[in-house]
Amino acid sequence: MQEYLPLFTKAMWLTLRIGWMGILLSIVIGLVTALIRHFNVPVLKQITGIYIELFRNTPLLVQLFFMYYGLPRLGVSISAEACGVLGLALLGGAYMAEVFRSGLESIEPIQSESALSLGMNHAQVMRHIILPQAVSTSVPAFIANIIFLLKETSVFSAISLMDLMFTAKDLIGLYYKTIESLTLLVIFYLIILLPVSIIGSIIERRMRYAGFGA
Amino acid sequence: MSEVLINVDHIVKRYDNNTVLNDLSLQVHKGEVLVVVGPSGCGKSTLLRTMNGLEPIQDGQITYRDKKVDAKNKDITEIRQKVGMVFQSYELFPHMSILDNITLSPILVQKKERKEAEKEAEDLLRRVGLIDKKDAYPRQLSGGQKQRVAIVRALAMHPEVLLFDEVTAALDPEMVREVLDVILELAKQGSTMVIVTHEMNFAKAVADRVIFLDKGNIVEEGSPFDFFEDPKTERAKKFLQTFTFDKVDKGAGI
Repeated sequence: MQEYLPLFTKAMWLTLRIGWMGILLSIVIGLVTALIRHFNVPVLKQITGIYIELFRNTPLLVQLFFMYYGLPRLGVSISAEACGVLGLALLGGAYMAEVFRSGLESIEPIQSESALSLGMNHAQVMRHIILPQAVSTSVPAFIANIIFLLKETSVFSAISLMDLMFTAKDLIGLYYKTIESLTLLVIFYLIILLPVSIIGSIIERRMRYAGFGA
Repeated sequence: MSEVLINVDHIVKRYDNNTVLNDLSLQVHKGEVLVVVGPSGCGKSTLLRTMNGLEPIQDGQITYRDKKVDAKNKDITEIRQKVGMVFQSYELFPHMSILDNITLSPILVQKKERKEAEKEAEDLLRRVGLIDKKDAYPRQLSGGQKQRVAIVRALAMHPEVLLFDEVTAALDPEMVREVLDVILELAKQGSTMVIVTHEMNFAKAVADRVIFLDKGNIVEEGSPFDFFEDPKTERAKKFLQTFTFDKVDKGAGI
């Protein structure tokens, strides 16, 4: 098995790089989308509504195929790696938007009113009162989303990105090392995901004890 | 009479087709304690909320020192610093320590030095007997303690008028007193306050003037003595009767 380790390590870095870049982008997209929907911004609200439904209700594989094989026919060519990042970001953004939106909606309007009546403006209320509380109530769903998105990277192999899944399939196809490859595949996914899971539960626990629940 | 701080001028407040405040006018003078009483749903909380622009009105206008109170105007944040409010449900910020709850706005809005803001917050906490809770979080406090912190938080902005919206209504009976004592203390120092309350004995003790509200308008207005001992209108009489009980003649109804 040892001889395949470098291959898997290389694939792991690729998976991590694309995975985390996609996730970071998805957080930005999700936050902006959630704010648009929370504040009922006309037109943009309808557009983001369509976006969320479109990306939550189609498989990532289909989205990637569309971007990688479909868009070039329309004259837009993007690299496999960019497709991976973008696909993950758009899919993740749709899920993250819902996580943040429900976090924002969990804060009673009267909390903002009490901040307003202390002379704060709307931006200050958002930044210091609503967002910190909304983010902390979103933490469990947020971490579940990150884990989900990291696992979704396994479909990247379908657009010839040499991620973990691709490497394992390759080795099986070339050398018939089925058991070895699959075992390494499981181990490497655990290496990627277990830390997220463990750090996630620690954050959740600390949030719970940090003085919430009025 | 002393100068008018808040002038409520023929205001109308409607929710859809339901008129909550109907052509209501009143003045709040510097240094006076105005108590607003009335049956639930009479619009007294809504009236209070219009006075710092939390509740938009459909007609008439409200001014604070001749500045129009309107959430759409830019100077609303300045007006709100001068017209503080304390809520029934305390509304402390659960993610901040007691000290941070109090100093956030002085530092953020009034650009005070953190040190100065904290010193002032500590002095205020000492006055209400909660200095040992300054590093605690709201969830660790009782309702009465939370409400005293909420009052301190409003005071830290140095408001000229304080609005109290049924601040003891959510409290257990044994905690009502500690909150009312703080307000009585403020009254002794000459603070200007508008108080909506169901505590009639407290109202009698603290008020300079009582306003009785029913169905969105002022039905009766007078000194606490006149209002509580000798109400003029039938509606006020009926309302005040709900707070007294005749001795039950046991067995008489059998």
